[in-house]
Amino acid sequence: MSSQSREALVDPLFNNNPIALQVLGICSALAVTTKLETAVVMTAAVIAVLLGSNVAVSIIRNMIPPSIRIIVQLTIIASLVIITDQVLKAFVYDISKQLSVFVGLIITNCIVMGRAEAYAMQNPPGLSAIDGLGNGLGYGVVLLSVGFVRELFGSGKLFGVTILQPVTEGGWYVPNGLMLLAPAAFFLIGIFIWAVRAWKPEQIEEDFRVGALLELSHEGDLR
Amino acid sequence: MHSTGFTVMFAAAVCGVCSVFVAGSAVSLKERQETNKVLDRQGKVLDVAGLVGEGEDLSAQEISARYEKNIKPELITLKTGEPAEGDAATFDQKRAASDPATSEAAPANSAKVMRLPNEALVFKIEQEGKLKGLIVPIEGKGLWSTLYGYLALQADARTIKGITFYQHGETPGLGGEVDNPRWKALWKDRLAFNEGWEPQISVKKGTAGSAEEDPYQVDGLSGATITSRGVTHLVQFWLGEHGYGPYLEKYRKANGIQ
Repeated sequence: MSSQSREALVDPLFNNNPIALQVLGICSALAVTTKLETAVVMTAAVIAVLLGSNVAVSIIRNMIPPSIRIIVQLTIIASLVIITDQVLKAFVYDISKQLSVFVGLIITNCIVMGRAEAYAMQNPPGLSAIDGLGNGLGYGVVLLSVGFVRELFGSGKLFGVTILQPVTEGGWYVPNGLMLLAPAAFFLIGIFIWAVRAWKPEQIEEDFRVGALLELSHEGDLR
Repeated sequence: MHSTGFTVMFAAAVCGVCSVFVAGSAVSLKERQETNKVLDRQGKVLDVAGLVGEGEDLSAQEISARYEKNIKPELITLKTGEPAEGDAATFDQKRAASDPATSEAAPANSAKVMRLPNEALVFKIEQEGKLKGLIVPIEGKGLWSTLYGYLALQADARTIKGITFYQHGETPGLGGEVDNPRWKALWKDRLAFNEGWEPQISVKKGTAGSAEEDPYQVDGLSGATITSRGVTHLVQFWLGEHGYGPYLEKYRKANGIQ
């Protein structure tokens, strides 16, 4: 594998994670992560759509008239999302019922559109496919870690299998109800971003450092 | 760089190709999706009828076979309780309730049911040719969402056999505990109607006694007062005069139940 394609695949996992660094696709990350099962299926759906849209956009990238490129990308993405939704309804009906509107909302997931516009429009299909896969996996890393913590501490289960026996079923664990509500996902994604940035300090935006802000205000005082 | 003509042609071509893919997937997967929907409904009906053992995982064929063998769906006129014309196997009660041609506005009610279908489903549970119970669809508002489910009564039309909800959007862990098998098991053997045949069963705030000493009450869901109240209202509504009351009354007369 050439270094360029390895970069396209591995970079979005931690170095340039779509959720943690670009803070895209947050909405679905809140909604489908109360259980690992739904998080896994959602990740698979997003990977399928990202891969498909990146390849399709990349193949016709030199023909798309620039004036209508966004709407063309959106048409392709919307078609892929509908097809994905149909496939889920046909093969994993139970989970597709739980995911309900969130599969349809992949259309508005900024990661998909962002990759089509920022990467697939400039790169050949092979590389674009790898980029789509990488970004899908990057999205999945966050979804699965959030889903893991929420399901384990929120209902004492992993993939529906009881790990921590809850009090209501004669065990000892008092489930943390907050984990099942949307704010918990915000906290967890925040902690995830903090952890990644503590590990890779180069991701911290300069402007938001307290020191940088102080310096700015001092300069203002002097003037 | 591109002429207007090319741009229009390009847009048309993209739309054409995309619509072929979308239509193709929708048409080719339709049959499978319909089967899934029917199976899902049949599975829930079997579940509420107590025909699925605990932890039993049935295959698609087993669900269909068991459903065909034990469940007889029937169509009734909701207002009168008389049998109605039509194919009960393919009847979609939710659609019927939302179509103005086959439904009417419901009278004000605390279950917040907006529309009532003219015709409705009743499922009879039959085992070895004997009537073992009745299942009626129920629906009503909880805290966030409308809960859809089934309530099963024993052949005496008074004792509850089971309850289940197949669709709702209540908070997981709180109102979502309506799906908890332990809570659903509490409904079994309690009485839906009092001596005067008024719907009496309710979800209590707190803990109810055993089915013998506290037959008209079920434990509340802790942390979910409004969902619990919603369940009380919707069960009482569908067993009452605007719901399946007329049908159940006819059923009692026909079977000599006092």
